Amino acid sequence: MNKTLDSIDKHLKRRHRADRRYRLYGQLAIVFALLFLLMFFFSIITRALPAFWYQTASLSLELSARVLGGEAGDPLPREISERQARKLLDAALALELGPSSERAILRARRALLTPLAALELKKLLLEKRYKDQEREQGVRIGDKLLLPFALSSESGNYISSLRYSQLGSKEEEASSLPEPQRRSLSILQQRGLIEKRFNFAFFVRSDSRTATSAGIWGALVGSFWALLIAFILAFPLGLFTALHLQEFAPRNRLTYVIEVAIYNLAAVPSIVFGLLGLSIFLNWWHLPRSASLVGGLVLALMTLPTIVVASRNALASVSEGIRSAGLALGASREQVVFHHVLPRAMPGILTGTIIGMAQALGETAPLLMIGMVAFVAQAPMTPLEPATALPVQIFLWADHPDPAFSSRSAAAILVMLVFLVVMNAAAVILRRSFERRG
Amino acid sequence: MENNLQQSLQKKNGKEPSKIVARGVNVYYGDKQALFNVGLEVPHRRVTALIGPSGCGKSTFLRCINRMNDVIDGCRVEGFITIDGMDIFSLDAVGLRARIGMVFQKPNPFPKSIYENVAYGVRIHSLARTKSELNAIVNNSLKRAGLAREVADRLHDPAYSLSGGQQQRLCIARAIALQPELILMDEPCSALDPIATARIENLIAELSLNYTILIVTHSMQQAARVSHRTVFFHLGRVIESGDTNKIFTKPRRKQTERYITGRIG
Repeated sequence: MNKTLDSIDKHLKRRHRADRRYRLYGQLAIVFALLFLLMFFFSIITRALPAFWYQTASLSLELSARVLGGEAGDPLPREISERQARKLLDAALALELGPSSERAILRARRALLTPLAALELKKLLLEKRYKDQEREQGVRIGDKLLLPFALSSESGNYISSLRYSQLGSKEEEASSLPEPQRRSLSILQQRGLIEKRFNFAFFVRSDSRTATSAGIWGALVGSFWALLIAFILAFPLGLFTALHLQEFAPRNRLTYVIEVAIYNLAAVPSIVFGLLGLSIFLNWWHLPRSASLVGGLVLALMTLPTIVVASRNALASVSEGIRSAGLALGASREQVVFHHVLPRAMPGILTGTIIGMAQALGETAPLLMIGMVAFVAQAPMTPLEPATALPVQIFLWADHPDPAFSSRSAAAILVMLVFLVVMNAAAVILRRSFERRG
Repeated sequence: MENNLQQSLQKKNGKEPSKIVARGVNVYYGDKQALFNVGLEVPHRRVTALIGPSGCGKSTFLRCINRMNDVIDGCRVEGFITIDGMDIFSLDAVGLRARIGMVFQKPNPFPKSIYENVAYGVRIHSLARTKSELNAIVNNSLKRAGLAREVADRLHDPAYSLSGGQQQRLCIARAIALQPELILMDEPCSALDPIATARIENLIAELSLNYTILIVTHSMQQAARVSHRTVFFHLGRVIESGDTNKIFTKPRRKQTERYITGRIG
């Protein structure tokens, strides 16, 4: 008797040790996972931060009659060319940096600002003119305006690197900026004209050739259209497929084959769906290339199996007792399914759908195949217009030689993560409301 | 009870036709045969208990009567069952089930409010024309199921907030809200404690004044307490049927005696 107790005791200690060991393994795994998550967020956020800020130089701009024509006190002309705007900018820069007519110097000064500065100034002036038409007192020729102008990405990087080097080591050599531009920038900075501003434009503008004016809006709208179409198609199709297979279809060889096919489809690489979209939607149906409609169709095909499988599992987990109760009361099978089973399964179905949609949001490969990888500088108003999607935009920017684009790429990843969190939160809220009703 | 039994015997002699007549019922689940040539009669407004060891086919037979076996894949029913002389297999299964109440082993209220549970059947069969009519049916059913007083002030609470015994009585209220001609009970007390069981048994006795009740039970004491007639099943066959008193005091078959004395099962 004592012998068995002893042996149990001996084993007990060993078993407790094993217990503790396995718990430790689990905790280590979680610590590792958290560590990687932290590293991921740290790297993304530090890379993304510059994209949310941009450097500006405040210049006092004289709307001189010499450039725009007319006389002092006149309203602004109806048409202002980009050339005129550039001349105004040149004059404003000359005011700070000293007059010069040398071509090379002029070009170097223009490179301080973004290449689009003249175009944007032109737009701004025309807008001001339009707005002031109704009012008596508006912007007149001869007026002086103090306006902030975005620095080009190279100058912006140089300024940021100056800030860093003031903190620690003096590594100005790292910048590839030519000497005269560096000097001009330090003059501007000494006069306190350089200012850091929050980059609202990043959220309301679409892709651009220059990093400073490139934004996420177009990709966001493209993703929204594609996801909307994918949801409208995949949710009802997936739901009814699952309902039929789980609740109504007889269990026979045919339904078995369909079932296995759906499970396998869920594991098909997404690029295959892209190929299918290319050959069917574009080459056969002649739908517009790189439109979010086609992207949505492809993503719908891709998420369909996920939704079907999740919905079937949700339906199968509804207790048999509820079905029997309904049937025994003389409800038809359809009534049992739609009155009792479906409301009960809805939270699970929604969860599956959201998981599928989240997958679709992050999917790049199939969109590349159907041409959603083009440079699109305007947010698509309809799903038929050319569009990009968030992951494709990230891919495009990450590939760009200008480092300012890669920080935009990181910022776009953050935006996508926020989009995902919002989607998941919506799913949780929906699920809660269904559970409460049930 | 004694009195009731005598009445039942008189009626039997008076040739009142049975509520349910089953002849030659065979049931197969795929290749496996679950019932063999079952024949029995269930009298009007009496409680008939089906007893027998697990897996003997009592529940299968019960589910034949309201054709709940139809929805099971691979289940096949042969034979002849009538209710009030009407062949149930010639009727619409959904309509048939509306006329027969059923109470299951595990309380299975819908995940809705107490009120909605009782009102559901009434609604889908449009048995109430107005809201107040519906209210009257719900209240009356709850009253007859002995639940009205306990839930009076929380009709709109979820049914899952009730205790197991209350849930089972709610299921009975739900069944009788449709004014069925027949109530099938599949081990209604097996998931309940003795006090809840006693309440359900009292309820069965009350209901038997108005309804024909067919009850499957594992507990021979329960069969003896609540039923007027008892049918003993074994291995998919009806071994013996008769008045409960006789079955429990003077069984004619050896197998029945062995079962009720606890030697098989």
